[in-house]
Amino acid sequence: MNRIREKFLDLKKKRGKALIFYMTAGDPSLAANQALIPFLEKEGADLIELGVPFSDPLADGPVIQAASQRALKRGTTLPKILTLVRNVRKKSQIPVLLMSYLNPLMQYGYERFAKDAKAAGVDGVIVPDLPPEEERVFVRALKGKKLDLVYLLAPTTGPARRRVIAKASSGFIYYVSVTGVTGARRQISPSLRPDLSAAKKASRLPLCVGFGIATPGQAKAAAAGADGVIIGSALVRALEKNSKMSHGLFAKKFAAPFARALGKAV
Amino acid sequence: MQKMRRFKLTGLPDSGGHFGPYGGKFVPETLMTALEELEEAYRSAKKDPRFKKELRFYLGNFAGRPTPLTEAKRLGKILGVRHLFLKREDLLHTGAHKINNTLGQVLLTVRMGKKRVIAETGAGQHGVATATVSALFGIPCEVYMGEEDIHRQALNVFRMKLLGARVISVKTGSQTLKDAVNEAIRDWVTNVRDTHYIIGSVIGPHPYPEMVRDFQCVIGRETRADLKKIGLGDPEYLVACVGGGSNSIGLFHPFLKSRSKMIGVEAAGLGLHTAQHAAALTLGTTGVLHGSKSRVLQNKDGQIDLAHSISAGLDYPGVGPEHAYLKMAGRAEYVAATDAEALLGVKALSQNEGIIPALEPAHAIGYLLKHRGRFKKSDTIVLCLSGRGDKDVEQISKALNEPD
Repeated sequence: MNRIREKFLDLKKKRGKALIFYMTAGDPSLAANQALIPFLEKEGADLIELGVPFSDPLADGPVIQAASQRALKRGTTLPKILTLVRNVRKKSQIPVLLMSYLNPLMQYGYERFAKDAKAAGVDGVIVPDLPPEEERVFVRALKGKKLDLVYLLAPTTGPARRRVIAKASSGFIYYVSVTGVTGARRQISPSLRPDLSAAKKASRLPLCVGFGIATPGQAKAAAAGADGVIIGSALVRALEKNSKMSHGLFAKKFAAPFARALGKAV
Repeated sequence: MQKMRRFKLTGLPDSGGHFGPYGGKFVPETLMTALEELEEAYRSAKKDPRFKKELRFYLGNFAGRPTPLTEAKRLGKILGVRHLFLKREDLLHTGAHKINNTLGQVLLTVRMGKKRVIAETGAGQHGVATATVSALFGIPCEVYMGEEDIHRQALNVFRMKLLGARVISVKTGSQTLKDAVNEAIRDWVTNVRDTHYIIGSVIGPHPYPEMVRDFQCVIGRETRADLKKIGLGDPEYLVACVGGGSNSIGLFHPFLKSRSKMIGVEAAGLGLHTAQHAAALTLGTTGVLHGSKSRVLQNKDGQIDLAHSISAGLDYPGVGPEHAYLKMAGRAEYVAATDAEALLGVKALSQNEGIIPALEPAHAIGYLLKHRGRFKKSDTIVLCLSGRGDKDVEQISKALNEPD
């Protein structure tokens, strides 16, 4: 069984919610990402998303745009990110997903990517600019290696399309909580709860909420109608602000409050 | 001819917006519903005689269509061809072909009941054309423009402001057209429910490449009709510059089934052997940028390269997917002209014909001058003069005064 499925089954048994952290790989550095992951896990992280930096991240807000630029300036590439995952796997079995725009994966080669990602210990992929209608070759390559492909659902997605996406998705479904790009919002949308319950009807896959969730309070509220929450820009910004802090302390200060908000005993 | 027959040329794109392996929709899910809505609105408008009549009315009474087909006799003589015709899109209101598209899209905006429009702009021509039609229809308009370009094109920034538009400076990435498109897409993702995004070229996700092409096809249709009127058939050659590729596809498309040869001229910048060019068809590889698959300038990791051209309108690392397809199909030929060759083109047209061209079509003129040996005495060439040079005069003067 793959790690993502196992994790969600385990969470279901415990009636817990998945706490998912996103970082842009290579920001502040690949070494820092690698060192931080076990600490995040210790403080309650259930899954890790590693962003593959792209020059033109059109679904991202200013925080992740800037992080991507910094990561690219440092020479971060997909092969180096796969090495990072391989190193993480020596210590941890936490499920790891790569979040990448399609183009870097296309240039790497779909078959080659599926093979190398699987071998490195990647469990799934999220591609924000790939709708289920496109790139069957890519989808087949991932399937061939039993890598999950997580599609996104948006507040603007209608019922018929929701079913198409739910059917195409594997691992979980990523629910975009806001009509907009990634990044912190002052409050989560009041329509999130009814939207989530409508989305839940489309599939039996776990439904995780991301985009705009920045505080433990928001995470708790968003998680109420979902199976998990994804914290992205808030973590990236905190990493930038606390670059001198030790990884252990950072995880305790930043990740643990989210875990507590989701009722995890860490 | 063998090669051409294997490819379907008309009736494209398919229902998913694909031109063979190119095109499609590669956008965040939030936009998928808006694209479907736009597609539906466009499909119904296309069949609606009232929409067509209204568009024709504004193209005629506001933009100044039809544009003349001017014979450039002295330049034609220099090239050694029978006829050289210029399709005079430079005579349109706002100074370029861009308004053919913005008029069509603003009518669609009204039809869809959207309350606000946004646009991206590089040189400012599309921004001005969007600001113009927004003023005409009383719709709030915001234009994204790279900080770099804002400095380079101060006059157009002022024109947009005068027309009541808000110009938003893009300070991310390379601060040029590519990043202006990114920011416009991000705005659209955020405000999709009440906003229409008027893309300025045949780029972006489906249905934009098809829709913008259709709005620009008036260029080729008028050309064909005018040639017929003066007793000439389809010309041997159609020539146009290619950045995103909207004026060229507008000229080419109505001739796809004819025997006319098509030449698209990209910007070779400082030279194709340097990294400073914008020749996405000549030297790019297949990739996904701004919502569609096409030929793109990129590195081996799939990071998009910066383009360079003396002309801001060609300074773009991608190109419309239909051009990528026409190249693959062998139906159109794509070549490139350098900054210096474009400047020679500016001079030649100005001094021989009394027409100062924009730097974009000057690339096509520059190409013809340099390669005049390939044309026969019996050839007729039609060149799309996509814009006038007023916006570029300052830059041209600087470039001509500087020693090479």
